[in-house]
Amino acid sequence: MIPAAFEYYRPKDMAGVLSLLEQHGDDARVMAGGHSLIPMMKLRMAEVPHLIDLQDVGGMSDIDIDADSIRIGAMVTQADIIDHADLADVAPILREAALQIADPQVRYMGTVGGNVANGDPGNDMPGLMQCLDAQFTLVGSGGERSVRARAFYEAAYMTAREDDEVLTAVKIPLPEGGYAYEKQKRKIGDYATAAAAVQIVNDGGTCAAASIAMTNLSDTPIYSEAAGAALVGTSVDDAAIKTAVAAMLGDIDPSEDNRGPVAFKKHVAGVILRRTIERAWSRA
Amino acid sequence: MKDEVTREERLDNLKGMGCSRKRVEDARFTQGKGNYVDDIKLDGMLFGDFVRTPYAHARIKNIDTSAAMQVPGVLAVLTAADLEPLGLHWMPTLAGDKQMVLADGKVLFQGQEVAFVVAEDRYAAADGIEAVEVDYEDLPVIVDPFESLQSDVVLREDLVAEDGSIPDGAHGPRTHPNHIFTWEAGDKQTTEEVLANAEIVAEESMYYHRTHPCPLETCGCVASMDKVNGKLTLWGTFQAPHAIRTVVSLISGIEEHNIRVISPDIGGGFGNKVGAYPGYVCSVVASIVTGKPVKWIEDRMDNLISTAFARDYWMKGRISATKEGKITGLHCHVTADHGGFDACADPTKFPAGFMNICTGSYDIPTAYLEVDGVYTNKAPGGVSYRCSFRVTEAVYFIERMIEVLAIKLNMDAAELRRVNFIRKEQFPYKAALGWEYDSGDYHTAWDKALKTVDYDGLRAEQAQRIEDFKAGKTRKLMGIGLSFFTEIVGAGPVKNCDILGLGMFDSCEIRIHPTGSAIARLGTISQGQGHATTFAQILASEIGLPADSITIEEGDTDTAPYGLGTYGSRSTPVAGAATAMAGRKIRAKAQMIAAYLLEVHDNDVEFDVDRFVVKGAPERFKTMKEVAFAAYNQAIPGIEPGLEAVSYYDPPNMTYPFGAYVCVMDIDVDTGVPDIRRFYALDDCGTRINPMIIEGQVHGGLTEALAVALGQEIAYDDMGNVKTGTLMDFFLPTAWEVPNYETDYTVTPSPHHPIGAKGVGESPHVGGVPCFSNAVQDAFRAFGNTHTNMPHDHWRIWKTANELGLHG
Ligand SMILES: Cc1cc2nc3c(=O)[nH]c(=O)nc-3n(C[C@H](O)[C@H](O)[C@H](O)COP(=O)(O)OP(=O)(O)OC[C@H]3O[C@@H](n4cnc5c(N)ncnc54)[C@H](O)[C@@H]3O)c2cc1C
Repeated sequence: MIPAAFEYYRPKDMAGVLSLLEQHGDDARVMAGGHSLIPMMKLRMAEVPHLIDLQDVGGMSDIDIDADSIRIGAMVTQADIIDHADLADVAPILREAALQIADPQVRYMGTVGGNVANGDPGNDMPGLMQCLDAQFTLVGSGGERSVRARAFYEAAYMTAREDDEVLTAVKIPLPEGGYAYEKQKRKIGDYATAAAAVQIVNDGGTCAAASIAMTNLSDTPIYSEAAGAALVGTSVDDAAIKTAVAAMLGDIDPSEDNRGPVAFKKHVAGVILRRTIERAWSRA
Repeated sequence: MKDEVTREERLDNLKGMGCSRKRVEDARFTQGKGNYVDDIKLDGMLFGDFVRTPYAHARIKNIDTSAAMQVPGVLAVLTAADLEPLGLHWMPTLAGDKQMVLADGKVLFQGQEVAFVVAEDRYAAADGIEAVEVDYEDLPVIVDPFESLQSDVVLREDLVAEDGSIPDGAHGPRTHPNHIFTWEAGDKQTTEEVLANAEIVAEESMYYHRTHPCPLETCGCVASMDKVNGKLTLWGTFQAPHAIRTVVSLISGIEEHNIRVISPDIGGGFGNKVGAYPGYVCSVVASIVTGKPVKWIEDRMDNLISTAFARDYWMKGRISATKEGKITGLHCHVTADHGGFDACADPTKFPAGFMNICTGSYDIPTAYLEVDGVYTNKAPGGVSYRCSFRVTEAVYFIERMIEVLAIKLNMDAAELRRVNFIRKEQFPYKAALGWEYDSGDYHTAWDKALKTVDYDGLRAEQAQRIEDFKAGKTRKLMGIGLSFFTEIVGAGPVKNCDILGLGMFDSCEIRIHPTGSAIARLGTISQGQGHATTFAQILASEIGLPADSITIEEGDTDTAPYGLGTYGSRSTPVAGAATAMAGRKIRAKAQMIAAYLLEVHDNDVEFDVDRFVVKGAPERFKTMKEVAFAAYNQAIPGIEPGLEAVSYYDPPNMTYPFGAYVCVMDIDVDTGVPDIRRFYALDDCGTRINPMIIEGQVHGGLTEALAVALGQEIAYDDMGNVKTGTLMDFFLPTAWEVPNYETDYTVTPSPHHPIGAKGVGESPHVGGVPCFSNAVQDAFRAFGNTHTNMPHDHWRIWKTANELGLHG
């Protein structure tokens, strides 16, 4: 488990990053916390002749909260998310989810940007960001653009980000209502057998809005519009939850791995989603 | 002279046996100041690493090393062809088989060593590995031992004669080219008769899955051949350094006095570091070839996929009883998957280890055991992962059979155990499969355990839970796991225990320094067990010098007396006994010196804590410290100067620690997630040397038991690919997954051990695995479950619930 030789760069600004990306194209990759990338390099599953460390590029480590949205810099770590009291007030689901990622050591290194840019279906934040309808800010030589999390993921490790673009921030509209993030895993530090993110609005006993996304149950995170829609206008009773779960099961496409076969994963996905909805609703 | 210090204070000052002396090792371990093999750095040291086969069974048509030799920093690439002229392309295994050091024409398991790349550093070695081109030709892969015994595919052509006949193996006749041995114990015919005529017979087949000891530190070594003086120094993660020295000498032809083997600090072994690995041989050869020190250190994947696995036993049992539950007979057949080479680490006469302890803690008059060893395309090994030889398998087997029998009898499993326990007055007890249990008081331990956990209350709660579940009020079931185990440790008596002909005694050599401190060296080697702490305590009590004034040293074959190392909970039973015996020799000489100094007859002084006292005149004494000084510096007629002793201890019998465990578990039927609510562990390891260390050992052993029972496995697919080769999939529990353990004890000393100690490091693992497993199985008993195989990971628990129709 030794990576192949690589050149290491530590540019001081974004211009430096972009010019390196332009120069080396496919052969270059940026590194944030390194806690997905370095293991892949050690296993020689990722060959990165030119490694660009984002550590010294400023301006990507802030969490800004304004009247209607949150901006999280790409280099904000999972530990930062957990420790940020104001963030926990306005968007508690972020903290609840971050606490279920890996272990404290990994969370001190792993960044929000790396987690959402990685494109690994096992990562927890992509589904979370889809649930929250986040926008990813991408900066490239052609300038800046914004892509919805719900449109970002194409296949495992394939995203809408171009090779020469850097993800600089995540923008999230202030979430409303009750929330919950539930994850079943085999042990600390494991990716989900099934995980669900739910954000739900209760208007006098009736569900006014619901957003549901699932993790590690397809080769991308799954935002299940149909599952959310199944709850809207109901009292989130047993029948509505059943319909939502059925809709979600229609959207996911898990594959067998060491966690278990497809039938098991689907069953657990249903159970986890039900619990997530119930908990979110109880907080709504 | 007036003695200001009370006897009590003098005892405290010794920090001898029975006190929770803090571990002296921990100061360096907790500060990152340990000295492990990978910390060793020598001038000009090179690094070696392996090209490993991705195929589980293939012929090697060609190995092209030319591109690798062009990689900057690569100095040499060794293949079997290079080792053959030295006769080192194969090496003997501990089980009497032989094993390829580097692939000789074919490979037999994924991850097998094919070529050894020697480079200036580990990075260059890794690049060199990528550049070696190996031309493989696929062969049919066999991962199932039952299929193996039927198959036309011959895994080991080297073990079939030219005329196609099958020569005997190291353990007698073989029935098929892929068959290794049949080993039996007990009385087959009587057992069959008893079973045929029994009132009740329960049967079960169970698979004890393949797993791996997975020590935190992987295996490795540094070999340094000094061409000027002809001496080879070999540092390594060896659980048995002296045995390694002898084996290296025998296979390399280097005279034993020219070989120095050093085991520095070792980061856990659990059986994984007992055997000899190709990395050791290749490093030695590479050092001889290059004239430079060569280091080899496995990475985690290398360790998991290629070094010694544990278990992989397919066990079929039949147990008979009267209607009242008195067990009358037991039959066990095992199909043992040994992988591509038989590299089990067992005493030579016991190819299935001490599996014949499988009658457990019960008075079973008739029994028969038969074990068939089989080759498959999996990694070799079969070591005792935190247990004495195959004892975990044996105890799992009997503790499951008891539960299955309880179901058949419709009887409470705790009561069934009580009815069948060997009674206190039956010890020493001769078991049907041959062992003589030294001492035990099982009923007392069992009653204490059940009372502490309020067993009846738990059963009542469980009954209510089942009602609630059926009424749709809860989706959680409750399991009560019971286990009562008897370990067999301390191998062992040289008359029947040897490894490759090396008798399994152990040793201790003590030197008392003139100022009253001491050094003791042993033939064992700690891998985290705390020997430097506990052995000093034994000595403190025996010779009356404070434990803090005694250095314990192990692991350097140039200085330590010969011994067989540490595994199988043998250190305290064997080397601990040697320590006490050597201490007594010191005391005997010291007594003569004290008598001379006190001007009385030898028999007129007696030992008291830290001094010799004139009988009947307690104010007249000489402390051990004073005696030590006199031993060196005073001319005493008829007594040689100095105060040293050595003892080689050949134990008269094994020791038999036992224990009673209870686990309470809640199981989420819909997700398969278990939640351990309570775990109670009562251990009886005889005399307790250091209660704190015992507790630590129990916690560690239980945690590894939890791992094995609930998820830890080395799984292969049909092509022989290891599916669990990293810690992502190989379950290593963290503090998060581990419950609070409640520990307890009774004390039943071993009658034949000088201090009555039995050993404890492995008991909790042996007893823990069936306890966790029984808890899972018990949760589903009311719904028709009799047995499901481990590991009980989420999906397998879910599957059990699903098959029992609990998902509606
Ligand atoms: C033991 C362990 C357990 C883990 N468990 C979990 C878990 O349960 N859930 C979970 O979600 N994650 C888990 N992770 C992954 C962890 O959260 C990673 O840190 C995270 O996925 C990636 O963040 P990073 O900052 O480390 O990214 P890096 O590893 O540095 O990068 C990951 C990828 O994203 C790209 N990238 C990084 N930053 C940017 C950027 N700003 N713009 C464009 N591309 C970028 C990199 O080029 C690379 O391809 C685990 C990791 C470990 C080691």
